[in-house]
Amino acid sequence: MPKKRSLLQSILLGAAILAAMVIYAYGFQVTKFNLDETKDPRRQTQLTRILRALARPDIFEYDKEEYIISLPVFTPCPANLPAAPAVEPDAPYLVMTPACAEPGSMVTVEGFNFEPNTTGPLNFIPPSGVSLQIGNIETDAHGHFVLSARLPKRPDTVAQELRAITRRNVGVPHFSKNAIETWDKIIETVFLALLATTLGVLIAVPASFLAARNIMVPITSPLTSVALSILLIPLGLVAGWTVSDWMRHASTALTANLWVNLVTALVVPVLIWFGVRWALPSEEIEKPKTTLRIARLTVLVFVALLTVLELYLVSGMSIRLGNALVQPLGKLGFLGKFFSNLGDLLDYAINLLVAIAGAGLLGDLASKFGQRIVDYKNHLVNRIINAVLGTAAGATLFALIGAGVNWLYQFDNPTYTLVIPAIVGALIGLITTAALSRNATLPIGFVIYTLTRTLFNGLRSIESLVMVIVFAVWVGIGPFAGVLALALHTIASNAKLYSEQVEGIMAGPLEAITATGANRLQTIIYAVIPQIIPPYISYTMYRWDINVRMSTIIGFAGGGGIGFLLQQNINLLNYRAASTQMLAIAIVVATMDYLSAKMREKVI
Amino acid sequence: MLTIQHVTKVYSPANVKALDDVSFEVSRGQFVAVIGLSGSGKSTLLRCINRLVEPTSGRILFDGQDVTAANAEELRRIRRKIGMVFQHFNLVYRSPVITNVLAGRLGYVNPAWSLVNRFPQADVQKALQQLERVGIGDKAYHRADALSGGQQQRVGIARALMQDPELILADEPVASLDPVLAHSAMQILEKINQEDGVTVLCSLHFLDLVHRYAHRVIALNAGRVVFDGAPEEIDDVRFKEIYGQEAERVG
Repeated sequence: MPKKRSLLQSILLGAAILAAMVIYAYGFQVTKFNLDETKDPRRQTQLTRILRALARPDIFEYDKEEYIISLPVFTPCPANLPAAPAVEPDAPYLVMTPACAEPGSMVTVEGFNFEPNTTGPLNFIPPSGVSLQIGNIETDAHGHFVLSARLPKRPDTVAQELRAITRRNVGVPHFSKNAIETWDKIIETVFLALLATTLGVLIAVPASFLAARNIMVPITSPLTSVALSILLIPLGLVAGWTVSDWMRHASTALTANLWVNLVTALVVPVLIWFGVRWALPSEEIEKPKTTLRIARLTVLVFVALLTVLELYLVSGMSIRLGNALVQPLGKLGFLGKFFSNLGDLLDYAINLLVAIAGAGLLGDLASKFGQRIVDYKNHLVNRIINAVLGTAAGATLFALIGAGVNWLYQFDNPTYTLVIPAIVGALIGLITTAALSRNATLPIGFVIYTLTRTLFNGLRSIESLVMVIVFAVWVGIGPFAGVLALALHTIASNAKLYSEQVEGIMAGPLEAITATGANRLQTIIYAVIPQIIPPYISYTMYRWDINVRMSTIIGFAGGGGIGFLLQQNINLLNYRAASTQMLAIAIVVATMDYLSAKMREKVI
Repeated sequence: MLTIQHVTKVYSPANVKALDDVSFEVSRGQFVAVIGLSGSGKSTLLRCINRLVEPTSGRILFDGQDVTAANAEELRRIRRKIGMVFQHFNLVYRSPVITNVLAGRLGYVNPAWSLVNRFPQADVQKALQQLERVGIGDKAYHRADALSGGQQQRVGIARALMQDPELILADEPVASLDPVLAHSAMQILEKINQEDGVTVLCSLHFLDLVHRYAHRVIALNAGRVVFDGAPEEIDDVRFKEIYGQEAERVG
C-alpha cells in the first residue's frame, strides 16, 4: 500500500511545478521565441529560396555558349512594312505581334525552338548599338516563350533590332570551380584532423599516466627529496637547454659537409650502442661497487651527450636530404619537403626534449639523494638539512610563481613579485619542515595528479573554436592554426579519457608484477600498457572522428580547412556553393563515423 | 628464514583491523598452510610479507633483512626473492605466455632495458624451461587468455619460479580451480618445495588439501593467530575455534 502523500510533500511538488514553469517562461523570453516570424510570408519565401538552393549543390556545370537570336523590327510602322524574314522551321526564331508598333506601345514577343528551360534577357538595339533590356525570357520545356514588353520610345525610320540572348550548355558536364575548391579543402580538412590527432595523442598518452589516480596517488616521496627536487628541477631544465645549445653548436661543424655529416651520423649510434651495452648490464645479481657505478654514470653522461649530438646530426641530414629531393622528385616533391620539415621539427624539439630530460634526470637524482639523506639516521642532521632545503625550496617555488605572474600581468615591481613571495615561500617551507617529522613523506603523486587533472579540465572546457583564435594570432590564419588548436584540445580531452582507462584496469596483474620486484616504470610497461592498448586505440579513432567534425568548422574562426570556404559562401549568400561544402562535410563525417566504428570493432 | 613480529594492519578509512598482533616464524623448506574464514586476514598477511600491503606496525624479517624498514631499492631486492601466486592468477591476459613468465625476471633486469621489452637470452631459455617444468611448454607463444584456468595458474607458478625464489607466497592458489586441477597445481607447488627447497606459505580453504600438502598450519580468525601446529592436530574443537561454532566439516 503506497504511503499517502503528506501535505508538505504536496506543497513542495506544487512549488516545484511552479518553479519549472517560471524557468521555462524565462527561457522563452530570453531565447526570443517567436512564432510570428515563422509565419511571415516574406520570410517563408526566403526560406523556400534558400532551401531550394541548398537542394541544388553547385557541383557540376556545363561550359556555356551564348546564343543570340535577333529580329528586325520597325517602330513606328513604316509606310510599307518589309516581309518578315524567312524562318527555318527547326531553328530558333522570334516573332513580334503586331509586326510593327508605335514607340512606347506594348507588344507580344514570342520565341520558338529555343533551348528548353533557359533564361536570358530580351534586348532592344537601336542603330546606335546601345542595348536596352526590355524583358526577361523564360522558356518552357519545349523551348517556347511568350513575353509582353513595352517598346522603348526610340522612333527610327530604319529597322531596329530585338535581340534574345540565351545561354546553352555545350559538351559534357564537368566539376564546377566550386566543387574543385571544395575537394581541395576537404582533403586539407581530413589531413588537418589527422595531424591534430597525431600531435595531440603523442602528448596525451604520456600525460594520461600523470592523470591516473591508481598510478599517481600511491607515489609518495620523502620531504627531503621533494625539497631537493624543487631546487634541482629548474636547474635541470636550464642545464638541459644549455647542453642542447652546445651540442647544436658542435653539430654545425659536422653538418657543414655532407659526407662528414653522413659518416658521423652513422658512427655515433654505434658508439651509443656500445656505451649503453656496457653501462647498462641487462641483469645484475650483486650490487655493483661504487667505482664501477661512477664509471658507468660517466659513460652514460657521454652517451646522453652523443645522443643529443646524433639528434642534431639526423635533423641536419634530413633537412639537407629533404631539400635536395624536392626538385628531382617532381610531383612527389612534397615528400622531400616533408623530410626537411621533420628535420626542422626535430631541431626545434631537441631543446625542449633535452631540457625535460635534464629536469627528469636531476629530479631523479634529487629523489635518490634525498632518500639517502633520510636513511642517514642522524636526526639532528636530518632536521637541519630538511630545514635548509625546505626554506630554499619554498623560496624558489614562490619566486618562480611570482615571476610567472609578473610575466602575465607585468607588475614589474620586484619587491612584490620576487622578494615578498620568496620570503613568504621560505617561511612556509621552514614551517612545513618544522611541523613534519624528519622522515615525513609527501603525497607528491597526488599533487601531480590533481594539478594535471585541473589543468586538463580547464583546457577541455575551452572549445577549440576559441583556442584557434589565439593560435591564428601566433602562426597566422590557416590550417596550421587549426591543427594546433585541435591538438591542444585533443591533449586535454584524450588525456582524461585515457587516464580513466588506466584507472579502470584490472589491479591483479599490477599487483603480480609489483610482487616480482619490478619498479614503477616496469610495472607500467608490463602490467598497465598491455591492458590499455585496445581502449587507447579505440579512443584515438574516436578522437580522429571528432577532430574531422571539428575541423570542418574550425575554419569559421580562422583555422583553415573547409569551414573557411563554407563561411565565405554563406556570407556571400552563395547557398548553392555552401550546399556543396555541407554535402562534402556530411560525406566525410559519415565515412569517418563508419570507418572508426569498424576499426574500433577490430582492435577490441 | 621468515620472522613475523607483532604485525598489525589497520585499513585506514574504515578502521578495520585485518591483522592483530600476528607473530610466527617459518624455517627454511617448510610448507605452511594459512587457513581461516574469508576476511580473516589471510591475504593481508601474505601481502604484508612482501609489502604489497604496508603493515601498520610490527616487523617482518626475511633472511635476516628487515622488510618493513627497507627503502625502494632494498625492497626490490627482497621482493625478487619472494615469488607470489594468486587466486585469480593475475596474468596480463593480452600478453603472450612467455612475456608473462619473463615478467618474473623484472626484479633482476635493468629497468632501462624493460623500456624496449628486452630480456637476456638466458632468461628466455629459462622461461621456456620453467614452462616445460609446469607442463605447458607448448603454450609459450599463445596469448595468456587463450589458456584454460589450470594452465593459467601454471603460468602464474612459472612466473614465480623465474624469480629463483626462496619463498613462495600462494594466495589461495587453487580456489578458482576444480578439484582435479587443484591437486595438480598443489603438486607442482609441493614439487618445488621438495626439489628446490623453496619455502611455501600458502593460504587454503579446504582442509583435505591442508592435510595432504602442508607440514604446518597457521589459522587466523579476525586477524589473530588462533592455531599454529601440525595439520593432524586440528580436531573438532580446534576446527570450531578456527571457523566458528556454526561451521561444519565437509570433505
